[in-house]
Amino acid sequence: MVPSEAELRLRERLSRLRSLRLPGGVRVSREVERLEGQLERLSEEPPSDDQIWRQVELARHEERPYTLDYVERIFEDFIELHGDRTRADDPSVVVGLAHFRGRTVALIGNQKGRNLKERVHRNWGMAFPEGYRKAMRVMELADRHGFPLISLVDITGANPGLAAEQHGQGGAIARSQARMLRLEVPTVACIIGEGGSGGAIATAVADRVLMQEHAIYTVISPEGAAAILWRSEEEEEKRRAAAAFKPDARHCLALGVIDEIVPEPDGGAQNDYDEAARLLGTALSDALEVLEGVPGDVLRRRRRERYRSIGVVTTA
Amino acid sequence: MSARYEVSIEHKHEPESADGGKRHPNTCPRCGSHYRDDELAATLRVCPHCGYHFPLRATERILQLVDVGSFVEESAELRSDDPLEFFDLRPYKERLAEAEVATGLGEAIVIGQAAVGGTPCELSVLDFAFMGGSMGSVVGEKFTRACESAAERGIPVVSVTASGGARMQEGILSLMQLPKTVCAVEVLHDAGGALLSVMAHPTTAGVLASFASLGDVIVAEPGALTSFAGPRVVAQTTREKLPDDFGLAESNFRYGHLDAIVPRSELRHYVARFLRLFGNGAERG
Repeated sequence: MVPSEAELRLRERLSRLRSLRLPGGVRVSREVERLEGQLERLSEEPPSDDQIWRQVELARHEERPYTLDYVERIFEDFIELHGDRTRADDPSVVVGLAHFRGRTVALIGNQKGRNLKERVHRNWGMAFPEGYRKAMRVMELADRHGFPLISLVDITGANPGLAAEQHGQGGAIARSQARMLRLEVPTVACIIGEGGSGGAIATAVADRVLMQEHAIYTVISPEGAAAILWRSEEEEEKRRAAAAFKPDARHCLALGVIDEIVPEPDGGAQNDYDEAARLLGTALSDALEVLEGVPGDVLRRRRRERYRSIGVVTTA
Repeated sequence: MSARYEVSIEHKHEPESADGGKRHPNTCPRCGSHYRDDELAATLRVCPHCGYHFPLRATERILQLVDVGSFVEESAELRSDDPLEFFDLRPYKERLAEAEVATGLGEAIVIGQAAVGGTPCELSVLDFAFMGGSMGSVVGEKFTRACESAAERGIPVVSVTASGGARMQEGILSLMQLPKTVCAVEVLHDAGGALLSVMAHPTTAGVLASFASLGDVIVAEPGALTSFAGPRVVAQTTREKLPDDFGLAESNFRYGHLDAIVPRSELRHYVARFLRLFGNGAERG
């Protein structure tokens, strides 16, 4: 692990903020407080293998709040928009416009179902290319009207299906990232459950990337990894794979993949939807406040620099 | 009564399993024809009998494509690190060292300056023989450098891909190479540069879902698998009977995801034509 890099980044941002003398002193001091909180999290002991598996279970908990549970608690005047204007409407991706603490925002969220009927309707939350295209449509809408974009990510992974391939899943995921990286409005993404591989990254490339305390963010599901790398479908290998990938929020923060961990109610978000929504709402609002007022081209340049610098390489 | 008998049935004409390691690399897996090295080299490693495109190593690909003596490799010194101290059945570090010895390459990608048909370009080639051409931090970094270098010099990028996707041993950092390479193409496009994406067999998952799908022009070699999820995974998950050409270039061309399927014998001319068409475009940036 290389926590030093993430720590350096946080410390640098902190020192830059502290040296600012702005009229909006309150805003800056809140940001300082948040950064100090994240630094503190980094100094905590990293989770054990068993604790990591517990995160996987919590991230997939069937009572865990989904996008629409948060939407009704955090936003006002929500209108859902439907259809990709090309072929179909994908119910596993929810998009729309809403009021959020005094401003209009555009919203993208993955949506899973609660019971079997809903799960079938939402295709277990696994987006089709039509879903990514619907998301791109609302990204463009946000850009056109200057609305900040909020993306809630909760997807097991891309869609392993015939139709998804025929309709161009790979290209849709690539273009969704490109579209999102090009936006000139503030963007905040939060992993609220499973951040699974290509399906997640398609709508997660934001100015600020948050992650709930018990969410996971991975390049492949523990099951997929166990099957490919360990050639096994056994429970033990799944757990071993999960531990090896370090998909928990604490590790993602240390690797510089996310900016901030959003706290959850005791024992997990499933125990108290209202409190989970309150904590998430505050984190989203604070993240947006820092970004608002920054010129669009600066946002885009910084966003690119952020992804440009991710990765660990060495020389022979 | 309940005794079970182990019965194995031998099939006389059963073809050897596709990945049965015993097949000679010069034996065509499709029609079974066998060739000498020089015969295959003369046909650009395409089976003269059935048209099967044998996999190419990055160095072979570069030699086939570029003008003689024009290729200058860049960033060859970059190597992968092991940020997660990843260990599946074997340590990641060990797999890396083994791949380097087996392929003679430092990583799964080779980039550099080249000229095709007299027009300069920046070339990026993935090598499937190095850990399945998978994209980790080094592949992301080198592809990014190729785009940046092309953007600076106002020339197009030609990318040839053969990859199983993201390098799982680098965990979430490998997923981050998707947006990283997407950003690189955006930087190239903003500078007025163009990207030709050539998908060789296979171009799947993380590489398909990032830079390979963002070419101004996208072509594939005949028979190349160019699907996000592989046929085995899809068949297992959905229990659907898949069409024989599932995810293949021919199918993706029909569905409108590719501009052309270009046989290897014509690829060099196609690239040269692309470069002539886009070679001056960068000046407007």
